[in-house]
Amino acid sequence: MDPAPLLDISGLCVSFRTDRGLVRAVQDVSLQVRAGETLAIVGESGSGKSVTALSILRLLGEAGRVDAGRIVFDGEDLLALEDRAIRAIRGDRIAMIFQEPMSSLNPVLTIGMQVAEPIRLHRNAPWKDAYERAGELLERVRIPDAAGRLGDYPHQLSGGMRQRVMIAMALACRPRLIIADEPTTALDVTVQAQILELLKELTRQANSALILITHDLGVVARYADRVAVMYAGSIVETAPARALYAAPAHPYTRGLMASIPSIDGAIGARLPTIDGQPPDLARLPPGCAFALRCPHVFETCRATPPALMEAGTAGHLRACHLDADAAGAAVQERT
Amino acid sequence: MSEAIAAADMAPPAAGFGEAMRRSLVGRLVREKPLAAVGGAVFLLFLFCGVFADVLAPYGVNETNLAQRLEAPSWSHPFGTDHLGRDVLSRILMGGQLSMVVSFLAAGLATVVSLAIGVVSGYFGGKTDMVMQRGVDAWMTFPDLVLLIVIISVVGPGIPQIVLVLGLLYGIAGSRIVRGAVVSVKENMYTHAAQSIGAPTWHILRRHIVPNVMPVVIVLFTTRIGAVILTEAGLSFLGLGVPPPAPTWGSMLSGTGRTYMYLGPWLALAPGLSLTIVVYAINVYGDGLRDLLDPRMRGTQ
Repeated sequence: MDPAPLLDISGLCVSFRTDRGLVRAVQDVSLQVRAGETLAIVGESGSGKSVTALSILRLLGEAGRVDAGRIVFDGEDLLALEDRAIRAIRGDRIAMIFQEPMSSLNPVLTIGMQVAEPIRLHRNAPWKDAYERAGELLERVRIPDAAGRLGDYPHQLSGGMRQRVMIAMALACRPRLIIADEPTTALDVTVQAQILELLKELTRQANSALILITHDLGVVARYADRVAVMYAGSIVETAPARALYAAPAHPYTRGLMASIPSIDGAIGARLPTIDGQPPDLARLPPGCAFALRCPHVFETCRATPPALMEAGTAGHLRACHLDADAAGAAVQERT
Repeated sequence: MSEAIAAADMAPPAAGFGEAMRRSLVGRLVREKPLAAVGGAVFLLFLFCGVFADVLAPYGVNETNLAQRLEAPSWSHPFGTDHLGRDVLSRILMGGQLSMVVSFLAAGLATVVSLAIGVVSGYFGGKTDMVMQRGVDAWMTFPDLVLLIVIISVVGPGIPQIVLVLGLLYGIAGSRIVRGAVVSVKENMYTHAAQSIGAPTWHILRRHIVPNVMPVVIVLFTTRIGAVILTEAGLSFLGLGVPPPAPTWGSMLSGTGRTYMYLGPWLALAPGLSLTIVVYAINVYGDGLRDLLDPRMRGTQ
């Protein structure tokens, strides 16, 4: 493996002030992303995946606070930077794509002006140059008749086109890292594939790293190099995408995989689901957060939270008390 | 691309989109909002009369002619004459000029004050918002007219005082409306997106917040013009407006208009109708303008 990762998150803890007191949204998360690599963070709503992403850019808002941990990007500790310095990084070296292309664009500005905005902010470019560059960027994200579209307002574009504009904005300053927070959730399935394909291709060309936040395991399989599965604010399993698919080691991951409908499944067969609901983050159980829903739960699970540990192959970690043999046996049992 | 929206009917090249917008704005106003266009035209007419009142007025404002007192409208005096034989048309024109000056200045000031308070209070929220809004609350507990009467009777009547007081009064009250709009705009994803590209706060305010509350601000401005004209008339009616002998619509209504209403109804009708028409026209115009200026309200086809 090459020396220093581009982004190194270690021991990140984030909590939010709410009416019911402090809620720990992210608990001791550590992640590494190398240049050119695509990391997928998978989890259901409220699992802390978006919060992790937002804390990288320090966009948590007033209620959120990072309690512990370090986020080192390209040798700089982002959490220690002054506001001005973090602003200089946002949109320049780290760009973010949000999940709602419908509302992520300012309705009263033309898309040309919006794509030109990061260039003007970070490169101090004169209007004309930035506008020209915006045209090139729209072309790169394959918007037909890009130059003619610069003067369009967001409402004149379809959802897929708007997400392309967002990608163009994100690429404007050639960032080293792009964080895409569920970039395709609001789009049609066919458009989803196009957008992800495009995102992947453009990041590969630029050798940028990509963090893909999603709840769609199908997306992960096709586009990610590594996967981190989050549950109730913690990473429960992380592995190279291939290894994760070959041998999911955490009961939660296995549950997720089992509940993907299969195209050759029997008609009328019930889709397996994970019983119960994600735990209330304000009242987490003392042991494993998944204990209440886990089919393999035993005494230790309810008492002590499991730590991330090597599971089988190198680079494959999981947080589960179930010992490796038993896990293997459980897999056998199911299939 | 599968999702290419009929590229054929897209707008012409972007160069100078502002110019293109301005060119078509009048056309679109006439086509899509005929009533607003009429309102705008009427308002422009009043504005024109106000600006050129000195030239247009057939007689001197305070030129008396006791031989022609309380004359009904005729060709030589289209709006008749008052109890001192002064030409009512000339006085209406000069009064209109005063009203335009006062209302534009005061409404302008009010809009700036509203925008400043509303944007700061709404965008920064938290304690800033709390403190500012309690101040606004306290201010708003006093009825407008009472505040006006108290302040004017302390500083004395005069155009600068009236502009300042009306500007502050409507500015502070209107800040609520702007604040509400800012709070909702702030929660939009594009504000977060702007933060994520590293835009400094002033940039976000200027490029993302203010343009998106403009529809509200435009309506606020136009309705304030109407309101200021009315309030100034009300003050003049109470004798606290622009001091005589300057002809204002309000003082014409309250003075000669009321006293001689039965002998010469035109004395009340002329300023009364002028007020009504100009205020209505500007409100209609403001509404139409807001609809047109907001790209979201444009048909997507």
